[in-house]
Amino acid sequence: MSAIQVDKIAKTYSRDKLVVPVLNDVTLSINEGEFVALMGPSGSGKTTLLNIIAGIDRPTSGRVSVLGTDIAGLSESELAKWRARTVGFIFQFYNLIPVLTAYENVELPLMLTPLTKEQRKQQVETALRVVGLADRMNHSPNQLSGGQQQRVAIARAIATDPDIIVADEPTGDLDKVSANEIMTLLERLNKEFKKTIVMVTHDPSAAERAHIVRHLEKGDLLPGEERHENA
Amino acid sequence: MKIPFKYILRNFYSRKLTTTATVLGMTLVVVVFTVAFMMGMGIRKTLSVTGSENNALVVRKSSQGEISSIINREVADIISSLPQVAKSSEGKPLISTEPVVIFIQPKKGGGVSNLTVRGVTPVAFQIRDNIKLVEGKTFGFGSRELIVGKSISKRFNGVAIGDKVKLAGDMWTIVGVFDAGGSGFDSEVWGDSEQLLSAFQRTSYSTITFRLSDPKQIEQLKLQFDADKRLKQFTPEIERTYFSKQSNQTSGFIMGLGVFITLFIMVGAIIGAMITMFTAVANRTTEIGTLRALGFTRGSILISFLFESLLLSVVGCVLGLLISSTMSSMEVSTINFQSFSEIAFNFTLNIYIVLGAFAFSIFMGLVGGFLPSWRASRLKIIEALRAA
Ligand SMILES: Nc1ncnc2c1ncn2[C@@H]1O[C@H](COP(=O)(O)OP(=O)(O)OP(=O)(O)O)[C@@H](O)[C@H]1O
Ligand SMILES: [Mg+2]
Repeated sequence: MSAIQVDKIAKTYSRDKLVVPVLNDVTLSINEGEFVALMGPSGSGKTTLLNIIAGIDRPTSGRVSVLGTDIAGLSESELAKWRARTVGFIFQFYNLIPVLTAYENVELPLMLTPLTKEQRKQQVETALRVVGLADRMNHSPNQLSGGQQQRVAIARAIATDPDIIVADEPTGDLDKVSANEIMTLLERLNKEFKKTIVMVTHDPSAAERAHIVRHLEKGDLLPGEERHENA
Repeated sequence: MKIPFKYILRNFYSRKLTTTATVLGMTLVVVVFTVAFMMGMGIRKTLSVTGSENNALVVRKSSQGEISSIINREVADIISSLPQVAKSSEGKPLISTEPVVIFIQPKKGGGVSNLTVRGVTPVAFQIRDNIKLVEGKTFGFGSRELIVGKSISKRFNGVAIGDKVKLAGDMWTIVGVFDAGGSGFDSEVWGDSEQLLSAFQRTSYSTITFRLSDPKQIEQLKLQFDADKRLKQFTPEIERTYFSKQSNQTSGFIMGLGVFITLFIMVGAIIGAMITMFTAVANRTTEIGTLRALGFTRGSILISFLFESLLLSVVGCVLGLLISSTMSSMEVSTINFQSFSEIAFNFTLNIYIVLGAFAFSIFMGLVGGFLPSWRASRLKIIEALRAA
């Protein structure tokens, strides 16, 4: 069954009187438990598509249904609640809160749940254990390497146990070794924890770890898909 | 609000320099405000315990204060024969006819100031029972001797026991120091009423104070004065009420000036807070985008930044109150506009001033923080995230 169903979405920006098309009638279906990589040249609309799927941007037209919810129909505050429950975010520059420790960063999305402090503690510790940083939970982001920060960010993304993980160039700021670690981690989240992952990347070796690679070009989703049988 | 308070608190701490500068701006506002009100309240408190609730003080209606009041002996005789004047056990009326004059005396810190001299009759000590001699002896009736209030002996030169002061061309000897229990009399010099009259070649008193046989009769007594053509230029008032009213102009002026200056620097402090918070929002744009993406609402963002701004002003307020409270009960003096003479009082910090300072601070924090917080909450998620 498809976890993410994107139907003919278009996105345009109007600059002065000029209408700039960013996405042109993109249709895409991603099955539950799939690990999809989106590739394409800079400015082709990858981030825009990912943001629309994650519910932090809205298409100009078209429909987006995620796990049966038509997210275009949600109000802003409903959408915020929906994101907190459903989507885990991983960013290129980690986007950790600098004044909070690793533990507190991972706890942050749990503040939006009805969990007690003790329950949150268990979730945070579990998430940090998954990314192998349980011993660093009291470190602040600036005491961690880039790779470690991204692992904390991954722990934050999985803390609420969302069904979908979106990652925008998660290895874009990392060296080869760290990038490899992050990809191994994402693979594990997909295989072991059954997360549906949508990842934007420029890095072919990262894309190779996904099951399916789709290409965007000037706002069009190219029809062909690469399949990797590493699942 | 779902955003943890420690997030707000740590951001507050993390930019030490701007936080300190902004907090100090708030502190300054609070110090100015509280000091003005502590002065005003101190003056009020001092004059509101001056005199007795059981005495009536008679002044000329047109007078601004005691020194500009004139009551001649005939009027004094009429008043002393009124049935409302209480009598001593020997049957004598408990009335003190008092000339009040001012003279200039050098102050200890340099400069000069006015001192009030009150001429009293022996009855004065009977009807103002909180006057205690603490040093030396009391002045002799019939001699050119004076006693000084304890605030004066602290603040003026040449008024120690044994010193002589020049009054109306004559030399008068200081023979004692009295304690009037923190009232306005502590800032006065007392001597024999008749000696002062003769020295100043005056035939009339300034005011008359007498013990009321029943303090409740004061309103009726006022009507009686108005109805009597010999007395209608004069008015009786409960002594304590009279002195209390004497403080209004001075304390009102000081507090009014305080509010005025406070409002001025408040504008500066609010702008300071606004700049600090706008900078914080600009520096944390990606962070705001991230929080929003994670599911925190615009409302949470608004409140968290408002809280941060309030923290600036409330910490500033607490600091300001701490500074002001070290001045609390410190003795200072100022000219009382209505008696034209120096009055000593203590800075008085009370709960209303504290609440007022908090109200001012919360106002500053909200006003200064609102626009930046609003802006933070209106940011679009994708644009905020792109700001990296
Ligand atoms: N707020 C905006 N206003 C106008 N144009 C925008 C805005 N946001 C994005 N665009 C345009 O949309 C197009 C697609 O942007 P997007 O960020 O999705 O590209 P991308 O494929 O992720 O590129 P990159 O690989 O560089 O991250 C770009 O041409 C960009 O300039
Ligand atoms: Mg992009």
